[in-house]
Amino acid sequence: MTVQQSDLKLDGNAIGGLLREIFTMEMTTAESTCAGCQKVHAVGQVEVYMNAPGVVVRCPACGQVQMRIVKGGGRYWLDLTGIRSLEFSA
Amino acid sequence: MARTAVLGRLNWQLGAVAELVQETPRVASLVLDVPEWQGHLAGQHVDVRLTADDGYQTERSYSIASAPENPRLAITVERLDDGEVSPYLVGEVRKGDKIELRGPIGGYFVWRGGDDRPLLLVGGGSGVVPLMAMIRHRSASKSTTPTRLLYSSRSQDDIIYRAELDALCAVGDGLTVAHCLTRMQPPGWRGYARRIDRAMLEEVAWPKPQNPIIFVCGPTPMVESVAGHLVDMGFDATSIKTERFGPTGG
Repeated sequence: MTVQQSDLKLDGNAIGGLLREIFTMEMTTAESTCAGCQKVHAVGQVEVYMNAPGVVVRCPACGQVQMRIVKGGGRYWLDLTGIRSLEFSA
Repeated sequence: MARTAVLGRLNWQLGAVAELVQETPRVASLVLDVPEWQGHLAGQHVDVRLTADDGYQTERSYSIASAPENPRLAITVERLDDGEVSPYLVGEVRKGDKIELRGPIGGYFVWRGGDDRPLLLVGGGSGVVPLMAMIRHRSASKSTTPTRLLYSSRSQDDIIYRAELDALCAVGDGLTVAHCLTRMQPPGWRGYARRIDRAMLEEVAWPKPQNPIIFVCGPTPMVESVAGHLVDMGFDATSIKTERFGPTGG
């Protein structure tokens, strides 16, 4: 079976549980502004790849890597370089 | 909003399997008693965690199939033969077994009901599960929101919830279901016999001025193709909510 990269693409709904662990908030309705193209998307809409050792989140408009999340050994490693801002309800 | 913006950590909890429903040869629903369950919204999911004897743990997400009104929590799982979790949930699990889960999770792919806009639901395979939660919520809350489900399955035997969908349509309160069978059709089949395409969406979707709320759930290529057609047809992109699932280990 040939696995296409596009088949491995999920969306932000798939990491709702992981983000809830980190932020202790419902995050799929949060709005993220891309540091690359400045477009705003709900976290539920972003592209998510979970087949790597960690989770890679990309902007659905420009493909910019927005987040990288690795969990292991009782620690989280969170790279948010590609996000300019995250807005969510308090 | 308040209900999904619950603060605090999401704890793992145990649900006891109260009932097992074989929906199709490859798909089963697990109906769970979860004593600590705090309620959910139609479209949300749970994470299920399995722990092996040696301590190895793995998690998967499954959409909630039951209506929020139902005191029991149901998930519907498709068995992927090379998967780590689904062959246990579909085939090994017995009534009375305890399953570790946490939820409800998600707030983006959620239908609360209570507004006048018609609903267009497009599902492929087990992507119908969160849409079924919405349909069950609609029915349980006595909503008459005009609702159309376009549902793609491989064959007639693969249609999940077929009898229940037929029964809910027969009530005549504004729900209609259009089936398409992509691989095999029984003799005399009158539904669609191809993958979902633009022509099909144009026949099933609501007229644009009715401004429907649209939910699309299924395998990634299907979701992207359907969402692309809907945007091309002029539907408001912010009214199209999508949820993809893919081969992430089952």
